[in-house]
Amino acid sequence: MKMSGAQMVCEAIIAEGVDTVFGYPGGAIMNVYDEIYKQNAFRHILTRHEQAAVHAADGYARATGRVGVAMVTSGPGFTNAVTGLATAYMDSVPLVVISGQVPLSLIGTDGFQEVDAVGISRPCTKHNYLVHSIEDLPRILKEAFYIARSGRPGPVLVDIPKDITGEIGEFVYPEHVDLPTYKPRYKGNDRQIKKAVEAIVNAKKPLLYLGGGVVLSNAYESIRSLAEMGQIPAVETLMARGVMGAKNPLLIGMLGMHGSYAANMAMSETDLIIALGARFDDRVTGKLSEFARYADIIHVDIDPANIGKLVDVDYPIVGDVKTVVDKMLPMLEKKVDPDRYQVWRDILARYDELHPLTYNDCGDVIKPQWVIERLGQLLGEKAVITSDVGQHQMWAAQFYPFDRPRQWINSGGLGTMGYGFPAALGAQMGQPDKVVVNITGDGSILMNVQELVTAAENKLPVINVILNNHFLGMVRQWQTFFYDKRYSETDLSFQPDWKLLAEACGGAGYDVTTKEEFDAAMEAAIAGGKVTFVNVAVDRFENVLPMVPAGGALYNMLLEHKEQCDG
Amino acid sequence: MDKVRRVISVIVANEAQVLARVSGLFAGRGYNIDSLTVAPIPGSNFSHMTIVTRGNRRVIEQIVKQLHKLIPTFKVIEHEEMVEKEMVLIKFSIESPIAEIQALCQAYNGNIVNAGPDMFIAMAADEASRIAHFIDAVERYQPVEIVRSGVVAMER
Repeated sequence: MKMSGAQMVCEAIIAEGVDTVFGYPGGAIMNVYDEIYKQNAFRHILTRHEQAAVHAADGYARATGRVGVAMVTSGPGFTNAVTGLATAYMDSVPLVVISGQVPLSLIGTDGFQEVDAVGISRPCTKHNYLVHSIEDLPRILKEAFYIARSGRPGPVLVDIPKDITGEIGEFVYPEHVDLPTYKPRYKGNDRQIKKAVEAIVNAKKPLLYLGGGVVLSNAYESIRSLAEMGQIPAVETLMARGVMGAKNPLLIGMLGMHGSYAANMAMSETDLIIALGARFDDRVTGKLSEFARYADIIHVDIDPANIGKLVDVDYPIVGDVKTVVDKMLPMLEKKVDPDRYQVWRDILARYDELHPLTYNDCGDVIKPQWVIERLGQLLGEKAVITSDVGQHQMWAAQFYPFDRPRQWINSGGLGTMGYGFPAALGAQMGQPDKVVVNITGDGSILMNVQELVTAAENKLPVINVILNNHFLGMVRQWQTFFYDKRYSETDLSFQPDWKLLAEACGGAGYDVTTKEEFDAAMEAAIAGGKVTFVNVAVDRFENVLPMVPAGGALYNMLLEHKEQCDG
Repeated sequence: MDKVRRVISVIVANEAQVLARVSGLFAGRGYNIDSLTVAPIPGSNFSHMTIVTRGNRRVIEQIVKQLHKLIPTFKVIEHEEMVEKEMVLIKFSIESPIAEIQALCQAYNGNIVNAGPDMFIAMAADEASRIAHFIDAVERYQPVEIVRSGVVAMER
């Protein structure tokens, strides 16, 4: 069938079953927007910044497990999208981003709104394409979606010169992808899997170390079965919150720089790490030479480059987490003895009693941790929680009772401030029946605050709970601990009127200073059905604890909340 | 961990950007490149890159894995038993003792390959370490210009 390149882009999006595209038009992508205007098979959400378009597609992808699609123009449209690409790349989120490019004849001439998009995005995409000919376009679009979602997922950029979207060509959307150079391995080596099972059976202190790959692989049910079958305790990374379920007695907690005492001690004392879809990030391991000194390591990951990158692995298994764990289950069922690990479970329970995750809920000022706990009580599994980056993100990860994967959406690898709000819009598009709450700070929220307009226009009732300490809190915390309290450029006392700001853009706002006001504001926000700021004044100097100082050993944690309640 | 020299062959799709993907990977992850050569493989849609690099065991393992992870990469060979050759062209003034230089060239699989009114050019083709010896040996004839090709290698 003959059609324009722009039509091909739309046809491919439809063929891939995408129902929502996030984007922002401009000169070089106008041909495609003209076709978007003519069709009604998918919805287009106009964000108010290209970065937000990519984050929204990312939030949509994480909330649904489908490929997110964003569309931007050339030059500044593309460069604004780069932070979104890098965010998705670090957290292995399947995205296809379509960017316009100046016409082929102008490439390399410093044309208006020309930038080398494939050059800039090469290190922060799984793969990228500059389309040189309309004959290649159907194949490239098909490959882009396939590469984005297969293997270790990631963002793929397709940069299309304007003359190609305007040109007429033959369109047959390929049914299959044939890439002799790209064959992800899903199955896992059977001999290695057998050896790993033996290692689990023979261990005394095995520990499941669960990462974001578990969520990507939709493996949580298999992993809960694995844990239950052997009564094997588990720790989750920031990216895996929700995998075990907050009520699961085998969940020890989150580990890492702001992990719980019990989780970090579990990692330090285990004799067998069962790493599933995790990548031994520096925020998880602390000082590498002191990390898990007594442990053998089973590492299951679909990306061979993750295995042996930072730590030596005894049982490397390249494969999809779900596929591999499903192979382990019947082998383990016959051999594993849950009683064998009873002493180990008792030790970890004692660690948790010794230093539970806690805070001092006292004084007139609301503690930020209380806000998260209260949100958990009010919304529990009904909500999808996104967050920005900083103290509020860590408190959310520590204190919200996540029950299922894809309930917790945050920028873990890149740590992108300004991610949470647009990601929440995408999550709300993907999960229209859920209450979507963005837990944010007074620093982060301003980094994509223009999306109030997008949310109001599209009636996306995202609730932004701002833990407002009038500080760039996490940096302030480091300045308190490591820079002798020199608060260089972290005092955010000068602020907008949050209520007015939300209202000016068509949303609602509530200023909260007491617990009663918080409950009332949340009730009103949920009932109001429109985008909301709940601006909560919290203790300015509260710190995120426990904390493993950067470069320190995982077992050396700053623990105590020093101030005590009076009386 | 000790640093070792490794010769790695990478078979990649012969397409736009592929050299940038490989060199960008080395630059972005801080890996060392001693030399890199690339040319199409006759009768195929692939190119053969030969990369000489240095690093400890973990770095070399990561280089191989990261190269393999690039979408256009078909195959990565970390050479163990290989034939390795490098070529060098060296230009001398016509006043230099051409017979002596020619004799040296021949010891290193080379010869005089060009001569003009002012200059002549010698060539040698041998293992990279022997090419280095050859360059040392002709240093005393005050070469005007030296161009090394980088290594090509083939597993035996």
